[in-house]
Amino acid sequence: MSDLSKEALAAGARAALEGIEGKALSPKDRLALPVQDMPCQDPVARGQNMHEVAQGYDEAQARIEANRCLGCKNAPCVSGCPVRVDIPGFIAEIQKGDFAQAARVIKRTNLLPSICGRVCPQEGQCQAPCTLGKSLKSIDKAVQIGRLERFVADWERSSGAAGAPAAGHATGKRVAIVGSGPAGLTCAVDVRRQGHEVVIYEAFQKAGGVMVYGIPEFRLPKELVRSEAGVLESMGVRFELNYLVGRTRKLRALLAEDGFDAVFIGAGAGLPKFMDIPGENLVGVFSANEYLTRANLMKAYDRPRAATPIYPSRRVAVLGGGNVAMDSARMALRLGAEEVHILYRRTREEMPARAEEVGHAMEEGVVFDFLSSPTRVLAGADGRCEALEVLSYALGEPDASGRRSPVAIKGSEKVLPYDTVIVAIGNESNPLLARTTPELKVDRKGHIIVDERQKTSIERVYAGGDIVLGAATVILAMGEGRRAAAAINEVLQ
Amino acid sequence: MSRILAKRRLSEEVYRIEVEAPLVARERKAGQFVIVQADAEYGERIPLTIADADPGRGSISLIFQAVGASTHKLAAKEPGAEIVLLGPLGNPTHIERFGWAVCVGGGIGLAPLHPIVEALKAAGNRVTVISGARTKDLLIMQEEMQALADEHLVVTDDGSAGRKALVTEPLKELCGQSPKPDIAVAIGPPVMMKFCAEATRPFGVRTLVSLNTIMIDGTGMCGGCRVTVGGETKFVCVDGPEFDGHLVDWELMMSRLKSYKKLEDEAHERCHLEQAAERLAAGGAR
Ligand SMILES: Cc1cc2nc3c(=O)[nH]c(=O)nc-3n(C[C@H](O)[C@H](O)[C@H](O)COP(=O)(O)OP(=O)(O)OC[C@H]3O[C@@H](n4cnc5c(N)ncnc54)[C@H](O)[C@@H]3O)c2cc1C
Ligand code: FES
Repeated sequence: MSDLSKEALAAGARAALEGIEGKALSPKDRLALPVQDMPCQDPVARGQNMHEVAQGYDEAQARIEANRCLGCKNAPCVSGCPVRVDIPGFIAEIQKGDFAQAARVIKRTNLLPSICGRVCPQEGQCQAPCTLGKSLKSIDKAVQIGRLERFVADWERSSGAAGAPAAGHATGKRVAIVGSGPAGLTCAVDVRRQGHEVVIYEAFQKAGGVMVYGIPEFRLPKELVRSEAGVLESMGVRFELNYLVGRTRKLRALLAEDGFDAVFIGAGAGLPKFMDIPGENLVGVFSANEYLTRANLMKAYDRPRAATPIYPSRRVAVLGGGNVAMDSARMALRLGAEEVHILYRRTREEMPARAEEVGHAMEEGVVFDFLSSPTRVLAGADGRCEALEVLSYALGEPDASGRRSPVAIKGSEKVLPYDTVIVAIGNESNPLLARTTPELKVDRKGHIIVDERQKTSIERVYAGGDIVLGAATVILAMGEGRRAAAAINEVLQ
Repeated sequence: MSRILAKRRLSEEVYRIEVEAPLVARERKAGQFVIVQADAEYGERIPLTIADADPGRGSISLIFQAVGASTHKLAAKEPGAEIVLLGPLGNPTHIERFGWAVCVGGGIGLAPLHPIVEALKAAGNRVTVISGARTKDLLIMQEEMQALADEHLVVTDDGSAGRKALVTEPLKELCGQSPKPDIAVAIGPPVMMKFCAEATRPFGVRTLVSLNTIMIDGTGMCGGCRVTVGGETKFVCVDGPEFDGHLVDWELMMSRLKSYKKLEDEAHERCHLEQAAERLAAGGAR
């Protein structure tokens, strides 16, 4: 987050680059290089459009940022990455200016770097243990690994150098993938590489899962997701859209009648939680999934071209503190709401959202009401949502784990006017597949139970991603998709 | 994408389309529905109950009323055109040998009622059908109902066909008989279903209704279709679409249906203007 324009940031980086060109840098020199801010669209301007907020490094910025990396032998960053990308390895290639090689290094372990570079919670993963950040006593000063990853992936795509991984020799074996989110896409690539035939079944009219229906355009351009799906198609992966496994066809039938040798389920979390408070079903109250799907997948922001309407809001309350809450709040602002509040029961420190998204939401004017949570939704004369009754909380004494949990302050209820409420308190597992496949074992929360190789209770059926983990992250879903693919490839040998 | 095979206009506003969907035709059961979208990029997703299926031809039939911008777009599609279609969705109607079943269909609701009547008959029930509509032109599926039903009563608001009455009148009379019906099924506009439920309540005749709420995904992911039934939140697309009519919070359900009324009216108006402009342009070119 920076007040400087893209041009100014690039100019600064170019000057710094001249200073180090041809020099062998000591660790001290590297420590002294300025951390490169992400150029962003102006907060006022971007409130009026759907374009991507973060604009990405140019070459000079990328090279300065890469030169900050100390190249630690023990590479603590790698242990923070769920898929163990060779981070010092790809950064060393950027230092040399060999971006194509940098991309190859990343893609050995991460197939969707342009997406991960944008949406991974780096501050809690690879950047958390970074030696540089530790030396400079601020996690904000860690090497900006995510931004570098994004730079490399974007460079590769725009240079036209990105090729599809090759499909192996045909084996005559067939694998069905349920769901086209990051878990399904990743699994598909790895299984296809082995030469197996792959069909991806997706309930929606577009491939990508949460990456197309949930995460907004201004954070993850849909063109990127489309181009990643295109890579799969060019490898010979077939997409069957508008196909709900369990309804259009039973899971069992895929194996027993349709000739598939294995199935991977990457069906996502996809069952929105509500608060269970009075008035929650009033008109004007939405799950974040509904609100965001209308806006993203159905393009409701593009009126009058889009036929799907979106609720006209003036004062919006978003309930929750994760990425989903940030996305909903920022989307509501862009769709014309005058005032958007995020109500969160704890404080900023506990918010699970990516730090960058919280910062962006604040810059854009989203109001954060910490330590508060609603107790009732109240209807106006027209029977629609008109206000929220909100209770205030205080942080209590630390518990055994050292966490201070919020305690309601008795009698602190206030009634505040809101015409729209967006509930973003998380997702549970969609029960559809389990209901239509009785042999498929799920736990109490409905998550599919798998062994350490992602195998479910049914032979030749594997699962991974949010349907196993509960609402998690893109990178964890990818990791599970990979692990399942490895197991499937082994079984089908 | 699914191809439209045939289209027929049943009345001023009502269309019947046959769509190629072999898997849906094979899997679907009475009471289930599909979600359609006139185009994948900008179209709105709308739930439509399956009126009929032909597994041999690999097709299903959908009947809908062109009331808003999206249904008009769908109605404008000619055979050969492709639409997005997902299904079959929702739980099938619970069919058993109840004994005597009274099935009430209002207007377009006669379409989804048809497979249910068929299934109830096949299970060995005595079935009385009450067909109702505003006026004679809007009565659909009459030949089919006539052929299937043990008794078939017809009512219209204006008396242009059958008896001049609301469907609730014969329904009440039947409930008053002894022995009373073992079950009632009512499908039609929400107000009609609400009043059918009110009509049967005093007689203690269990009444199934099929709710056609606003939907997006139809898979349980968005909660846009939620209703309150017996004080609990239910998702129509995965928990329904059929519920006990005596337990549905009708006011809330109807208010949710009108969430976007104003926007929809505007869109409809625009759609009409565009179509008129297109007609004028086409005429001018000739
Ligand atoms: C608004 C929002 C913002 C987020 N932001 C971030 C972020 O910044 N960073 C991050 O790392 N994570 C983020 N997440 C979480 C992340 O998107 C998910 O963890 C990840 O997408 C899970 O991947 P998946 O492959 O398991 O499932 P999903 O992405 O959920 O995809 C599942 C797909 O399966 C389809 N499907 C489901 N059932 C069936 C069936 N029976 N038949 C056919 N298809 C089916 C669904 O339609 C869907 O397309 C966010 C989530 C949301 C909702
Ligand atoms: S339509 Fe989305 S949950 Fe039912």
